Amino acid sequence: MSVLVYIEHAEGSVKKTSLEAVSYARALSDKLSSGDVIAVALGLISTEELAKAGTAGASKVIHVIDSKLNDGIIQAHAEAVAQVYKKINATTLVLAKSSLGDAVASRLAIKLGAGLVSNVVELPDTSSGYKVKRSIYTGKAFAISKVNTDHKILAVKKNAVDLKTDGPLATVEEVNLDISAENFATSITATDKATGEILLPEADIVVSGGRGMKGPENWGLIENLAKELGAATGCSKPVSDIGWRPHHEHVGQTGVKVAPTLYIAVGISGAIQHLAGVNSSKCIVVINKDPEAPFFKAADYGIVGDAFEILPKLTEAVKAQK
Amino acid sequence: MKILVCITHVPDTTSKIQFTENNTKFDKNGVQYIIGPYDDYALARAVEIKEQLGASLTVLNVGEAETEPTLRKALAIGADDAIRVNSFPKDSFFVAKQIAAIAKQNGYDLILMGRESIDFNGGMVHGMVGELLGMPSISPVMKLEIEGDKVKMAREIEGGKEYVDAKLPLVAGCQEPIAEWKIPNMRGIMSARTKPLVVVEPTADAVVTDVTSFILPPAKGTVKLVDKDNVGELVRLLKNEAKVL
Repeated sequence: MSVLVYIEHAEGSVKKTSLEAVSYARALSDKLSSGDVIAVALGLISTEELAKAGTAGASKVIHVIDSKLNDGIIQAHAEAVAQVYKKINATTLVLAKSSLGDAVASRLAIKLGAGLVSNVVELPDTSSGYKVKRSIYTGKAFAISKVNTDHKILAVKKNAVDLKTDGPLATVEEVNLDISAENFATSITATDKATGEILLPEADIVVSGGRGMKGPENWGLIENLAKELGAATGCSKPVSDIGWRPHHEHVGQTGVKVAPTLYIAVGISGAIQHLAGVNSSKCIVVINKDPEAPFFKAADYGIVGDAFEILPKLTEAVKAQK
Repeated sequence: MKILVCITHVPDTTSKIQFTENNTKFDKNGVQYIIGPYDDYALARAVEIKEQLGASLTVLNVGEAETEPTLRKALAIGADDAIRVNSFPKDSFFVAKQIAAIAKQNGYDLILMGRESIDFNGGMVHGMVGELLGMPSISPVMKLEIEGDKVKMAREIEGGKEYVDAKLPLVAGCQEPIAEWKIPNMRGIMSARTKPLVVVEPTADAVVTDVTSFILPPAKGTVKLVDKDNVGELVRLLKNEAKVL
């Protein structure tokens, strides 16, 4: 019996959201006595880096070294994880919700005959059945889902548990799998990705700008504050619709849903569709010159005033407290 | 070419979310229902493909009789016919099974739907349908072009996108900016009334998960305002009170 965690990596590092999933699995196993926590990683990445999954709570990492798995081919990743899952007699699969994670998890649910719960926000409660709390209605409510199958897949939302960092390094076992050609029916021909930036869906702090920023030429003010905070930058839907910022920065109901520790919204009025993308944030700060902006009702802290005056001062104040 | 677009019938994005019967049922009182916004993008792209390349376009919903106006709206937007699987959509596995059963019967080349529903946000049905049918499943797709039997797509990833090539048949979960939402015109609305809408009974399958209750998040306290001439105070509060810096 064991818990398997599908971990993703990018630019040579295991993603932080995947390490959080490992910590979730560790806490789950400790609570329910579910056995070893074993992570599985696919494609090219260093053994030293994978061993760090141990700090988050994995005892072992199974590394499928097949270079064909370097790309996130959805079917192939699902097949590889299914094979590892069966090989180690796992009963639960845990993974971080992400673009690839969702796509892979859904195929695995069928392959493994597992009940799947997405957007999990807490550890399961097994006092009467296996019940999992999940976020629904884009963060506006929660549901308790009962899982009726022996095998379970939990796609975990960011910040569901605290990241564990004090575990011993994990042992890494390299394996080869036989993944048939039909799983490689799709191919990734190119990737167009912002490099070196903190990625919005994974960031602990997010600074977002809205139409109140008046134009893309003023985004330097947002970026300076973000840089000082180690934050990712986001924007409202109108801003990405008019092309001031790229679509992958659009935070909201039909864009990226974020769950950072701190969300700072500048010049965003706070339409319900935008709030839906940020309401899982731990702390929300709103800066807007309109004291009637609906966003203030959803905020923990606010400043009423001109963003062009406040942003440089705030950036300086953040620098000063370091 | 035969295209299937699967749509959800969901509360409008501005709806107030409330529950009744001791937090076990969604409160439909005063709620406007719409085609899921992501499904609406999928439908719009399917209509474009139909217009450009010629195709039959079927819309499908797993839902009770109350969802028929939503299916009629999809017919008004440009679908040729509609199928309603007569059951409450119990969980993503159940819905995927229904879609796969219909698809096996009718043999579609392209199955589109939204990346996720906006009620349960699972984002899992397209992958399940792909696996059940032995087809590739790609999501979230923000661009989809058909060239012969090849499909060229852009899939959103954290911080950007990747370009994916595949062959028909396949399943895709869609999102903006794959197409612009289409608003039905009067001719579409008139013709939708007489387009076929077939009701079929679900395949009998046990659900693998079920929702036992709902919980609303605790109400937010009032905002603490900081003077605009004292932004240093905000940094101190974030650091010492909220402990987020």
